[in-house]
Amino acid sequence: MTNLSLELINLFAAILLMLAFAMLAQRRIVTLVHIYALQGLTVVCATSVVAYVTHQDHLYYSAALTLVLKVFLIPYILHRLIRRLDVRWDKETLLNIPSTMLIGIFLVIFAFNLALPISKLSTSVSPGTLGIALACMLLSFMMMITRSKAIPQVIGFLSIENALFFAATSATYGMPMVVELGIALDVLVGVFILGVFMFQIREQFESLDISNLENLKEE
Amino acid sequence: MLNATVLDQVLWLVGCWLVVGVLGILALNKFALVARILFPIGGFIGLLLALVAGGALLHPSSIGRKLPLGLPQLLFHFRLDSLSAFFLLILAISAAGVSLFSAGYFRGGQGTAPGLLCVEFHFFLASMALVLIADDAYSFMVAWESMALTSYFLVTANHKLPKIRDAGFLYLLIAHVGAIALLLSFGILQANTGDYTFANIRLQDLSTFWASVAFLLAVFGFGAKAGIVPLHVWLPEAHPAAPSPVSALMSGVMLKMAIYGLLRVAFDLLRPHIWWWGVVLLVLGLVTALFGVVFATVQSDMKRLLAYSSIENIGLLFAAMGLGLLFRSYGMNSLAALALTACLYHVGAHAFFKSLLFLTTGSVLHATGERNLGKLGGLIRFMPWVAWLALIGALASSGLPPFSGFISEWLLLQSFLFTPGLPQPFLNMLIPVATASIALTAALAGYAMVKFFGVVFLGQPREPKLEEAHDAGLFEKIGMGWLALGCIALGLLPNLVLTFIDPVTSSLVGYGLARQAKASGWWLLTPTTFERASYGPLLFILGVIAAITFTFILVRILYHGRLRRSIPWGGGHPWGNSRMQDTAEGYGQPIRQVFEPFFHLDRHLPKPEDTAPEYSVVVSDKFWNGLYMPIVKGVQFISAQVGRLQQGRIAIYLLYSFLTLLFTLLMVPGAHR
Repeated sequence: MTNLSLELINLFAAILLMLAFAMLAQRRIVTLVHIYALQGLTVVCATSVVAYVTHQDHLYYSAALTLVLKVFLIPYILHRLIRRLDVRWDKETLLNIPSTMLIGIFLVIFAFNLALPISKLSTSVSPGTLGIALACMLLSFMMMITRSKAIPQVIGFLSIENALFFAATSATYGMPMVVELGIALDVLVGVFILGVFMFQIREQFESLDISNLENLKEE
Repeated sequence: MLNATVLDQVLWLVGCWLVVGVLGILALNKFALVARILFPIGGFIGLLLALVAGGALLHPSSIGRKLPLGLPQLLFHFRLDSLSAFFLLILAISAAGVSLFSAGYFRGGQGTAPGLLCVEFHFFLASMALVLIADDAYSFMVAWESMALTSYFLVTANHKLPKIRDAGFLYLLIAHVGAIALLLSFGILQANTGDYTFANIRLQDLSTFWASVAFLLAVFGFGAKAGIVPLHVWLPEAHPAAPSPVSALMSGVMLKMAIYGLLRVAFDLLRPHIWWWGVVLLVLGLVTALFGVVFATVQSDMKRLLAYSSIENIGLLFAAMGLGLLFRSYGMNSLAALALTACLYHVGAHAFFKSLLFLTTGSVLHATGERNLGKLGGLIRFMPWVAWLALIGALASSGLPPFSGFISEWLLLQSFLFTPGLPQPFLNMLIPVATASIALTAALAGYAMVKFFGVVFLGQPREPKLEEAHDAGLFEKIGMGWLALGCIALGLLPNLVLTFIDPVTSSLVGYGLARQAKASGWWLLTPTTFERASYGPLLFILGVIAAITFTFILVRILYHGRLRRSIPWGGGHPWGNSRMQDTAEGYGQPIRQVFEPFFHLDRHLPKPEDTAPEYSVVVSDKFWNGLYMPIVKGVQFISAQVGRLQQGRIAIYLLYSFLTLLFTLLMVPGAHR
């Protein structure tokens, strides 16, 4: 593996982390979808680089699949959802954004600490990229927790998947094609189901605010 | 099929029951088809099964068989030995009677569809049969649980009433708690070999401690099914809720499955026999018997009364079993055989008379729509068949000769009278008390039965609508008559019955009673020696008939010969009113006074100046408030605490999984180091 490609992968990892923070800070839902698409694009680039370096042809396929799915199809579906449900803004987040960012920094430190001993176990794992992948995952999770509308939560869920995919391809140089196909299909089906759910929630409560779901609790 | 082994024949017949059940699904709402054809077929299969089981008892053999059912490495083992065959005989005879009765009993258009009832009923019968022939813990538990489930659905046949659903839930709950205890017990019995066949369990030599734990768990598990105090609470709730044929099967037969299980574990599977096990069973049995009968006397719902009477009889069975175990542990096998014979005899006797009595309550319920004793009365004039058949059942239940109950209770008392031979001074002091309480129980059982029969069938109708009551239909009469015949046969032909019980006691304790019992001739029952005790039912009945005829002649012809008609139970008043006759509550009042510490009474007494006075008294079980409510409250408290985790907000749930993830991630480096 050349130095250049290593640097490239590190660059993409850094972009991914930046985008994760951007997601955490962003309150406009349309922009969130754009960031998600950008995230997908970064993952595609990173995967292509890995494929080029390691000469694993199937990684090209998975990069192409990711491109179609996560850069075009899913953002398109989400855009349509937003237009049809007419939700452009998220309300006040449950935790204000500056403190979310602070917690996010701690999560990144935690993830890097975690990645260090794991990457020592194997030579093929670079500590930086694995740490960033883990951090992205935790940050997306964090975003799911702090948002009160359903669509940002779905986006958070999808970006967790992005981070996992990045961890699989870039940090450990690929996984079997079957697994990737399976995950891709899962994500697509998940988005459809969540879309249906969102319509249902709105039909029932006339709002997409998930705090309405609290009424479902048994007293 | 005729050349097949006995076990194969049994399995085929059980399969036939299952097929009849499945046919019920196909004819889900065709009421006439289900009632008039499928149920009688089920009864006929019962008859065939009785013949097969009886044959297996007369030619004792022990055949095993594996069926490739169940899980791949865990085959179902079946075996038919004399213990199984005896209980199978009881099951089959009762099932035949109850099935025929059901053919006339179940009406269309109430509660569960008739086809579904047919499925549940026949699957219930089949699973009871499978419990009896199971030869490994796995198939035993599968059959045991399907027995519990099918009976649960039968109990809640009329599930639209919340009260019935509650009763069903209580039954299911206690049945499952018991099943868990059984599972643990079998787990100990297999002694870490991983082989759950009964053949392997018999080989294990457990230490005294573990054997005792297994035994106590088995007592708890089977006791929950049988209704041993304090696990009896489901019986008086479930029986009034269930349709009468179902009550008959549950009380008459299903409770005996618990007796079978305990006999199987205590006498067959467990090797060491420790004397205090017998004492545990004896004390539990006596307490249960006394408790059950005292409660039976104060009930005012006829099916509740019978349910408490079942508790009493189960108590007697446990006491007999305990005595047998006690004798067995001291190596006194002939006496153990006597006690076990009493136990098995009573199993048969109770199965027939209690099924019969529950069936008669079913007929009364259909004819009048009433279960409350306070609104019945005088039915012997409108339903003579049901009344006379109920009288046979009631007499057998009171332990009066020449019916079945007398012989079993007599044998039980005989075996108690031998206990001074025990080498334990402590026990020798305890047993006379036990004997006295058995006698008291028997007397009170008679009291309860007088109440049952008298208040329902004698006196004057307490409600005007009772005069329109009609007698039972043909199928119902045949079913009840069959069981009544059983009561009479068990009472009149004890020596014949002993030839069926003999192989069982021989296989369990190595000693049979039949040869000695017949030593003084086929008409005379002498369980030990002629000098000590003997009973000739035929001679007795001849004597009774002679005495009655003589008295009748004396009174009618010689004394005055006048015939005077008056209002029954008029109490000598010149003008009478049906409300003035003795009531169920009034009849039970002395017992309620004497045994007041047993009950929890809610009395409502009117004030003297009250213009519309109302008097009411509700007798309830102290165990309910004392033992069950604290458990219920504890469970509710814990659930409420756990419920606090459920906030209903997605963010909180996500936070839970997030924290869990962080925590597990923290664990990862530690695990690798």
